[in-house]
Amino acid sequence: MARVSVTVNGVQYDEEVEPRLLLVHLIRDTLGLTGTHVGCDTSNCGACTVHLDGQAVKSCTVLAVQTDGSEVTTIEGMGSEDDLHPLQEAFWNNHGLQCGYCTPGMIMAGADLLAKKPNPTEEEVREALAGNLCRCTGYHNIVKAVLDAASKGVPA
Amino acid sequence: MTTVEQVTQADKWVGQALRRKEDPRMITGRGRYVDDVVMPGMLYMAMIRSTEAHARIVSIDAEGAKSAPGVHGVFTGEDLALESPLPMAWVPPGVEVKSPETLPLAKGTVKYVGQAVAVVLGSSKYGVRDAAEQVFVEYDPLPVVVDPEKALEAGSPLVHEEIGTNQTHEWTIGGGDMDAAWADADVVVERRIVNHRTAGAPIEPRACVAEWRGGQLTLHLTSQNPHLIRLFMAGEFGISEDRIRVIAPDVGGGFGVKISHYGEEVVAAWAARKLGRPVKWTETRSEHMSATIHGRDQIDYVKVGAKRDGTITGLECTAICDLGAYYTLLTPFIPCFTGFVISGCYKIPNLKFTARGVFTNKMATDATRGAGRPEATHLIEVMIEQTAAEIGMDPLELRRKNFILKEDFPAEVAIGIVYDSGDYHGSLDKLLTHVDLDAFRREQEELRANGIYRGIGFSTWMEICGLAPSRVVGPSGVGLQAGFYESSIVRIHASGAVTAYSGTAPHGQGLDTSFAQIVADRVGASFDEVDVQHGDTGAGPFGLGTYGSRSLAVGGESLARAALKVADKAKRIAAHLLEAAPEDIELAAGKYSVKGSPDKGMTLAEIAGAAYVPENLPEGMEPGLEETTFYDPENFTFPFGAHACIVDVDAETGKVDVVRYVSVDDCGPAINPMLIEGQIHGGVVHGIGQALFERIHYDDDGQLVTGTFVDYALPSAADVPSFETDRTETPSPVNSLGVKGVGEAGTIASSAAVTNAVIDAVRPLGVTYLDMPLSPQAIWSAIQEAKGRPAPGDPGKQGGSWDDHGSGSAGSGPTAPSEGGAS
Repeated sequence: MARVSVTVNGVQYDEEVEPRLLLVHLIRDTLGLTGTHVGCDTSNCGACTVHLDGQAVKSCTVLAVQTDGSEVTTIEGMGSEDDLHPLQEAFWNNHGLQCGYCTPGMIMAGADLLAKKPNPTEEEVREALAGNLCRCTGYHNIVKAVLDAASKGVPA
Repeated sequence: MTTVEQVTQADKWVGQALRRKEDPRMITGRGRYVDDVVMPGMLYMAMIRSTEAHARIVSIDAEGAKSAPGVHGVFTGEDLALESPLPMAWVPPGVEVKSPETLPLAKGTVKYVGQAVAVVLGSSKYGVRDAAEQVFVEYDPLPVVVDPEKALEAGSPLVHEEIGTNQTHEWTIGGGDMDAAWADADVVVERRIVNHRTAGAPIEPRACVAEWRGGQLTLHLTSQNPHLIRLFMAGEFGISEDRIRVIAPDVGGGFGVKISHYGEEVVAAWAARKLGRPVKWTETRSEHMSATIHGRDQIDYVKVGAKRDGTITGLECTAICDLGAYYTLLTPFIPCFTGFVISGCYKIPNLKFTARGVFTNKMATDATRGAGRPEATHLIEVMIEQTAAEIGMDPLELRRKNFILKEDFPAEVAIGIVYDSGDYHGSLDKLLTHVDLDAFRREQEELRANGIYRGIGFSTWMEICGLAPSRVVGPSGVGLQAGFYESSIVRIHASGAVTAYSGTAPHGQGLDTSFAQIVADRVGASFDEVDVQHGDTGAGPFGLGTYGSRSLAVGGESLARAALKVADKAKRIAAHLLEAAPEDIELAAGKYSVKGSPDKGMTLAEIAGAAYVPENLPEGMEPGLEETTFYDPENFTFPFGAHACIVDVDAETGKVDVVRYVSVDDCGPAINPMLIEGQIHGGVVHGIGQALFERIHYDDDGQLVTGTFVDYALPSAADVPSFETDRTETPSPVNSLGVKGVGEAGTIASSAAVTNAVIDAVRPLGVTYLDMPLSPQAIWSAIQEAKGRPAPGDPGKQGGSWDDHGSGSAGSGPTAPSEGGAS
């Protein structure tokens, strides 16, 4: 077992974990933050995307022990139903989700893009989201949501 | 383009693009999916699956797994004691369907890669996977058959020795006289169209959590039809269905693959009872690709007869349908849907469709988005453009020449099905207001001069949905062993708040929103006051679930009727309290008032208060304000539309770029236009995925080559454009809402539009026909062949070889038969 000390959504956790434990399972099973989803075994779908020290990562591709001393933000840390993050609001306004399963990862990937490039083109949004798969929306309204949030100015 | 309105008060909620009720929890990570469910003492279940496509199980050595840390049990098919096998629900009168017994865990033999052989249960998610690696299954390989046409040849290996043939059944629908069709034709165009195997691939894999308490089973399940699952499980466990509660919470997409009743949920429930602990199973994506149903997989031999003036004299199709090794719920029935719409949008006097089902050593096929209708549209619409090319006619003119006319509806086509309503010229006309075809042809010529091969393809599609009139599809009709009504409850609480229960089981369609709009209008409530519930067999009466684009046309209509019953009672209460006649009470602007005196009236909340504090109700009236409805439709509904796709094909590499995609669809009057657009976008990309990228591929040894999202290419945001969507509204006379259904429309329409566009693009290079998937290599090879140069086979095609080119998949190469090799 190994110790990991990690701050998730502003709360510090000290956990004893198996060295092989994936970050996504630390988040979901140990910390009980089930907004981060798992959709594949091969880091293709992006449903598990979170921010690790300000960078979007696929949390199925990161070992929990690698996050020792780091800060992680999950979808639960982006905003609440009473205080939505502008990107969350944009997904709602633009019908950027249907079944909702890929949505947390999409929002985290979209937020990462807007932090780096506040006014992306449609093509840049599509390229930035290419690592996040959605089977419901055909991406149209997801792209629209990200562009809408950008046009309103998302805080980094 | 729909603009979202944020409305808090309205006289009419239906028709507005309201934001979804589902979204606040989902965008904040507070959705509740099955894998989020955790129970005290819960065990995890891991499956041991066959690595062989066909083999006798010699032995299973589970000793190492049984003694692994945290393991509570290891079970095989020999341990599992159930009252009945897994169900297949189609027993067509007059047609023999050869049906193997389908068991949750293999007994004696395995017949496809991925078939479940044993399970391990333990307290640790990772630990059960470790233990599963310690289960050693010894196989004695048997001959494998993968190609469905080879499977029909004499001397082929048999998938089920005891059945004695690989042909499962033959089912035919037709009308008119095919001899006359060919005699009347000036040209007869024939093609062999391969509609390849695909995966439904919702981003949420399947999962279940089973728990027994006091002899009652609670099963959380990723399901599109929890009520049917409850009924089946009652049979398997030999208990009555009231002892079982199935809950489908938020479900992360289904696309048909979550209709069927799978062995894993049965084994989880059985093990939970045996071990006295809740059991969770969550599918890995690799398991999903090998052991969740696939879709399509038809080889369509199509023949179209036409006169020189474009009049179509007949269409015949024989479909070789690869059903896999075992059936899931509807496996052999799905190709019938191709037959039901074999006339497409056209007046074709002579029609014949034959489905020949075939066993192969593969996972079962079953319903995935469109279920038989995408195959139909593809073959019809590709053949329309092939025929047009053959007789030198514009493909749109050929369509127009044969369209069923608006004034002909309700229209009976030659196979005897009656289309409810339609305006096929109308949707094509509207499409052409968005696509300037003359300008496109000029641009196409100019680009070709510069070596850019741009093409346009059309698909004027129709479908059959709104499943279904029980008398038509039930046991004595088409032969499904169920009715297909839908149930609803509309409950007005004492405060005036509204709970609307539906027997449907949505999984992304937004029915919490659209159903609330329907109910709010009919009972005089605000949209915000209506809460929609579904997916829990403990919450309301038996329902049939969500598939076949049925939820709105059947479930929505059912709710509308329940709401009207409630409104009728509310009117009688209001009339009594306002001292007026019930027929003089009208509902407007959220108030039940006396006609001509709009200021004198009662709100729903006031009436509900009176109904639940029944001091002054009309003589003989029961207290309360709640109604239940079961609604069985009189006919199917028949949505339609016209799609255009524009592509660029790189003649050097064969790569396709979708430049523009325009659609005009008609699903009747919109309840929420924003949701309709969303369904079309997603559906279209599903069809583009099949046309360009996606393919489930087994090699000649029956090994699944496309077992992960690395090798099975779902379209990404970077692979598709934004879409231009428009609508026409032709109400259905079948239901009071006039609605038809839209969940599958985009998928049913789009593969043909894309394929026709690609063929149009490369026609100057001498390529006149292409099968899907339109991979760069397939197109490049076709271009080379048209130039008279030999090209290597396309690994994505039947007869092509992955071995020559490398598949990119890890660890899934052919397995050589070996003597008693343990794996």
